[in-house]
Amino acid sequence: MQWLDAGVQGILLGGMYAQYALGMALMFGVMRIVNVSHGDLVILLSLIGISLAGSFGLGPFAVMAALVPMALGLGWLLQRLMLNRVVGDDPLPSLIATFGLSLALQNLMLQIWSANSRSLPGGGIESRSVEVGGIYIGLLPVIVLLAAVGMTLAVDLMLKRSRFGRALRAASADVEAAAMTGINPRSVYAMATAIAVGVLGFAAVFQSLRSTVAPSDGSAQLIYAFEAVIIGGMGSVWGAFIGSMVLGLTQAIGFRIDPGLGVLAGHLVFLVVLATRPQGLFGKA
Amino acid sequence: MNPLLSTHGLVARYGDFQALYGVDIKVGAGEAVALIGANGAGKSTFLRSIMGLLPVTPEMVRIDGKPVGGTPTDRMVQHGVAIVPEGRRLFKGMTVEDNLRVAIDRAEHLGRKGGWTLERLYGLFPILREKAKTQAQSLSGGQQQMVSIGRALLCQPRILLCDEISLGLAPRVIREIYAALPGVREQGTAVVVVEQDVGLAQDASDRLYCLLEGRVTLSGRSDGVSREQIADAYFGAHHAVA
Repeated sequence: MQWLDAGVQGILLGGMYAQYALGMALMFGVMRIVNVSHGDLVILLSLIGISLAGSFGLGPFAVMAALVPMALGLGWLLQRLMLNRVVGDDPLPSLIATFGLSLALQNLMLQIWSANSRSLPGGGIESRSVEVGGIYIGLLPVIVLLAAVGMTLAVDLMLKRSRFGRALRAASADVEAAAMTGINPRSVYAMATAIAVGVLGFAAVFQSLRSTVAPSDGSAQLIYAFEAVIIGGMGSVWGAFIGSMVLGLTQAIGFRIDPGLGVLAGHLVFLVVLATRPQGLFGKA
Repeated sequence: MNPLLSTHGLVARYGDFQALYGVDIKVGAGEAVALIGANGAGKSTFLRSIMGLLPVTPEMVRIDGKPVGGTPTDRMVQHGVAIVPEGRRLFKGMTVEDNLRVAIDRAEHLGRKGGWTLERLYGLFPILREKAKTQAQSLSGGQQQMVSIGRALLCQPRILLCDEISLGLAPRVIREIYAALPGVREQGTAVVVVEQDVGLAQDASDRLYCLLEGRVTLSGRSDGVSREQIADAYFGAHHAVA
């Protein structure tokens, strides 16, 4: 029973990770842009959301409605003003540029919000749960998981079926050839990063409802997102989702073995995948 | 009347290395023009300069007499210029049909109309219909070349630039691909073929230009220039005779 419970909680935790991983799957997995500030953007959006809720008395879903368009705009600006200048075959310039952005964002957030941990009041939604056969299942984690499935489905369909998805895959495969086909790679990339960061708008609300956030928390989110994408395999959106599940499950099971082992167990599974199947579970060699 | 595409003293350089020294070339609507020359003569550089992939000044490249030199590549496609790039450059990880759809999507989005549809393209290269759902990179070289030509045609160009489309292909496949060019011209599309194979280039064109070390050394009707003239222009007038 204890292990079944760990399994259920692990999958629910994986739902949260899947939301971080989705934007990463798009940017790192498809566009090959290394965005080190990914986690800090989640935290920034979370803190903005918490301040919005505090100042205007907004509920969590009203905060979401305000935050997601803001996140889309932030992503668009990030690509237009910064990443479009550094994208190319070499991943190093984007890594260095976003590493700088990450440091700047963390310090900016410390300046505005101090180092205190905060959370978003959910009006009781965060503590409700149902009992199924002796296992307590939280309502919020279930919503998080369903949202993750819905967003992964939407992004996957967009990539495979839509005009925009084809243009993005083409630009990611060969920027110059895409331009020769009439695509403006810069505007396609700006739209893609807007979507990747837009997803973080949802994730930020769920993250700050589920637990507390502080300006320096971003690096953990970044690592989980990277690990999920690499476990799942580059270029596969559902791969990143499964990678998130693997990460959530190992952490939950590790935690049951020893409370100190949870996070470490996740990293160990990541290393095992990297050593035995470096292309990831769903990656094409 | 202005030619469809013309270059005026086109100069291009890679850093300190100058590759083109004032190239003047004209292509009329619906015309087929060949550009021949040895390796390193500047043929590919010429096409890349037109497509906005190398910095040139606006007056150096004109379409319908309007200066467009240095326009970003994607906007040159909107001006009606499409290129079949050297090395084919298909989108890896995408099916043949998706590779072609990328071009269709853009043409539709920009409201560019022309005679090219998937059906007409499959009529030109029937094998592509069979391979539509196959990953582009698993095709043979000749089939990949057909996809690359198809992708350019579906941009609905008024002028199609072909960069060494015979490179690395078997003679039989080369004939098959060149046999498709008259079908392209029937649609009213002008064609520029860049070739190392002189005979092939002469047969496929109305007029030809020969480039040597970044300069035009010969131009004229393809059926009106002699072997000796071409040899002189290709290797330089005073090339050593062994």
